[in-house]
Amino acid sequence: MNLETKTRPAAGRKPWSFGLTWQLHAMLVPGIVLALVFLYFPMGGLVIAFQEFKPWLGFIHSPWVGLNNFRLMFAREDSLEVIRNTFVIAGLKIVFGLLVPFVFSLLLNELRHMFVKRLVQTLVYLPHFMSWVILGGILINLLGNNGPVNQLLGSWFGIESIPFLMQGDWFRFTVVASDIWKEFGFGTILFLAALTAVNPALYEAAEMDGAGRWKQTLNVTIPAITPIVIVLGTLSLGNILNAGFDQIFNLYNALVYDKGDIIDTFAYRAGLLKTQFSFATAVGMFKSVVSFFLIVTAYRMAFKFANYRIF
Amino acid sequence: MYHKAPAYRVFYIINLAFLLISAVACILPLIHILAVSFSAKEPANANMVGLWPVGFNTDAYEQTFSNSNFLRSILVSVERVVLGTGIGMIVTIFTAYPLSKVHSRFKGRTAYTWFFVFTMLFNGGLIPTYIVVQKMHLMNSIWALVLPGAVSAWNMVLLLNFFKTVPKEMEEASLIDGASHFKTLLYIYLPISLPSLATLSLFTMVGHWNSWFDGMIYITEARKWPLSTLLQTIVVTEDFSKINLRPEDVKLISNNTVKASQIFIGAIPILLVYPFLQKYFVKGMVLGAVKE
Repeated sequence: MNLETKTRPAAGRKPWSFGLTWQLHAMLVPGIVLALVFLYFPMGGLVIAFQEFKPWLGFIHSPWVGLNNFRLMFAREDSLEVIRNTFVIAGLKIVFGLLVPFVFSLLLNELRHMFVKRLVQTLVYLPHFMSWVILGGILINLLGNNGPVNQLLGSWFGIESIPFLMQGDWFRFTVVASDIWKEFGFGTILFLAALTAVNPALYEAAEMDGAGRWKQTLNVTIPAITPIVIVLGTLSLGNILNAGFDQIFNLYNALVYDKGDIIDTFAYRAGLLKTQFSFATAVGMFKSVVSFFLIVTAYRMAFKFANYRIF
Repeated sequence: MYHKAPAYRVFYIINLAFLLISAVACILPLIHILAVSFSAKEPANANMVGLWPVGFNTDAYEQTFSNSNFLRSILVSVERVVLGTGIGMIVTIFTAYPLSKVHSRFKGRTAYTWFFVFTMLFNGGLIPTYIVVQKMHLMNSIWALVLPGAVSAWNMVLLLNFFKTVPKEMEEASLIDGASHFKTLLYIYLPISLPSLATLSLFTMVGHWNSWFDGMIYITEARKWPLSTLLQTIVVTEDFSKINLRPEDVKLISNNTVKASQIFIGAIPILLVYPFLQKYFVKGMVLGAVKE
């Protein structure tokens, strides 16, 4: 074996000659194998969206039905409703999910008491790390018909019990509001980082020109962090069909399917509970394909306008 | 100076109060559930408990900790966190290192990178993944919770971006001295990247602890469920179809204080790692997202 000469390059030989790069290829093997099996095989499995899949017949022998499952999806009132719900809920989450952290980080940036600032940051980041199972369990208890929130609203303001999780429109409100509550703190991280990068000389110059804090915010701070808002806004386009499976699944019930059921929960029930494998796969594939084109477009736009790239 | 102006002072105080109230609002639900878990049964079931226990006692915790289903699920969760984080990190490190090389020095780097990045952009979705896991005979095995998520392109990208910042000179010196890439990775790259590795490991751990859906679909025997799945099925949605319960158990489970204690116990590991997490993730997030 001439392993010795391969791993130890002779003088004058580039350290990156081919004898050494086999190790780099070898390192990639575990990742490639796992990705092939668990990420690429399922992509191949999407063929069942074009079949009438029967588990005992398998991918190859199940009868082919062309685009029937997709036609069915666009013909069925319930699947159309689910697609609409997904757009509406995800759209609201995207808009408020940008707006609230944006405003909150501007306010947080004003704090000069560093201890308070750090305390606030510590507390608002926390819900991001809690799972929707935990938060769902808490919210169902808090927002129930006789739950503490309704009791408070009743005794303080005399409001009748609000069906937060029992009526479609209220459910949407609860879903969007609780998602903002969970994620707004985490969303401020990038804005705060951008805010600390603003050149202090700009503020001094504005101060000299007699600008108050409000004017400084309008003319220095906001323009300075607008690029990152644009980048984040563009990238979030790819999420327009991600209404949040974990959250909805842990909060919803049959009473709110009309306004709260989304593509992911619908596909789960159709596929794994009613075993309509092919139809559920078609619904899921619709989501994957649309998301794919949106993400690619979003990244290209972000790259073009803001020179943003991830790697 | 603007912050001497009276109007700004008024704003500052209102702002301070507003921010503090918002911050407290982020943990109120947790405090509430903690208070319920330490309350007496009757006030808890009548929703009389706010942020302080009514009729303080620890019965709920005693019942929860004598529940063997619950204890077993904690062990399953620990197992999946250890296996999942270990394997996930090994795969991420071994993938990020070659991909952090420049194209001129590692031909094929671009193709490999796209191979992994494509998995961020497109996926087969729920049903095909489920069928693959089934065909691999992983149903009811802990590996069904570990292997499908072991490749995280996102983590790879974060780590490879960090690896790129390691000075080229150190790496070349190591290679010229005759060290292999494995040794260079182990003795040069990993020690330098400890903060990044800690961040990614903590994120992966939290992710595994919180995951419940894979347990629900891949594991049909309730006694092999991780804690999150048990909480989701039994506590949140109260679906007892997969678990054999005596009527007195059901009564016990539908008790608000016991539920609250279980939910709170589910959150404890997150609260424990949170201080360490917080130390790193802000830096990690910003590093990964805002680069020059």
